[in-house]
Amino acid sequence: MAIEGMDLVKAAAFLGAGISMGLGAIGPGVGEGMVAAKACEAIGKNPREAGLLTRTMLVGQAVAESTGIYSLVIALLLLFVV
Amino acid sequence: MMEFDAQAWVKVAAFVGGGIAMGLGAIGAAIGEGYTASLANLAVSRNPKLSGDIFKNMLVGQAVAESASIFALVVAILLLFMNTGDATLIKAAALLGAGLSMGFGAVGSGVGSGFPGGQACLGISRQPANTSRLTTNMLIGSAVCQTPAIFSLVVAFILLFMDFSAAPLNPTWAALVGAGLSTGLAAIGSGYGGGMAAGGSCEGIARQPEATGNVTTVMLVGQAVAQTPAIFGLLVSFILMFKVFPETTQLQTSMALLGAGLSTGFGGIGPGLGNGMAAESAVCWVARNLPSAPELMRIMLVGQAVSQSTAIYAMVVSLVLIFVV
Repeated sequence: MAIEGMDLVKAAAFLGAGISMGLGAIGPGVGEGMVAAKACEAIGKNPREAGLLTRTMLVGQAVAESTGIYSLVIALLLLFVV
Repeated sequence: MMEFDAQAWVKVAAFVGGGIAMGLGAIGAAIGEGYTASLANLAVSRNPKLSGDIFKNMLVGQAVAESASIFALVVAILLLFMNTGDATLIKAAALLGAGLSMGFGAVGSGVGSGFPGGQACLGISRQPANTSRLTTNMLIGSAVCQTPAIFSLVVAFILLFMDFSAAPLNPTWAALVGAGLSTGLAAIGSGYGGGMAAGGSCEGIARQPEATGNVTTVMLVGQAVAQTPAIFGLLVSFILMFKVFPETTQLQTSMALLGAGLSTGFGGIGPGLGNGMAAESAVCWVARNLPSAPELMRIMLVGQAVSQSTAIYAMVVSLVLIFVV
């Protein structure tokens, strides 16, 4: 079957979007999980500071999320813009 | 491609798929059982008089870890020997998808089930009086840990036995391969993560037998959240398998569907692992600090929810690829 240029380009864009978000979700998932795990340990050691520890966990997780956001942006660009 | 008839290609896909299913499926259970045996040996060296009990517990734990690769063996045997008499080319895609689904799906659950087995053996050596409690918790935890492998088996069976011949080859071939990848890959993280939580709970119960009830509860809640990426994978697989796609000669539709499978599939690995890490830590610390159990449960859930976010992005991208573009 003859595949014309535009179709091939779009096909590559869609495959790339899937790979981008798929692989991009791995890192933040593991990293944020590590943060949550250590937060549990921290609260286990010092339950009275639960509020402060939760806040620190959330800020840390938000920073770890950033690369996941980049992957999402690239995926959306590949889906809708290029 | 034109010189070989559809029958030959179906057999190619069946045999390659069978190889992938068993090849990948063997990895997880072997690693998990090895981990259990290694910790069992440490347990026996610590307390040789209990070697009988520890050995028995090791074998039971290893048997549960084995189940994921038994699923893979069943799928591989089916792929090798099933009758593909009047099958069309679309069947080749389905069989390859089945092999991918079960192969990848067995990895996480196999390794994960090794953790509770090993920790239970160590726990028996430390606190022989708790043997039955530890064994029970080990069995509960590893059974939940097998769930993603069971999801993969369900998808593999649907791909093996459902009749897709009415569907157009393009783009359904990509939908079926994508369906296999979606559940298979996502199961890796959830299986491993669920196993981490179960391992932590066995260690916690060994350390603090009075906390058994709370530890088991937190373990089950944590494991349930850790299963979510595998459920996303299963959902996308079902959509890909059962949605009717109109015939098209365009490559972009096929690649969109394949990309959808890859997105949710890979996307489930990280959050599954991360949720498992959070659950493991939470159960460990519930055992060490029982009065703080509510706070620990709360922060575990909050942390797991944030960690889940990229799996949700991945599923959204998959759904856009299936329904919008």
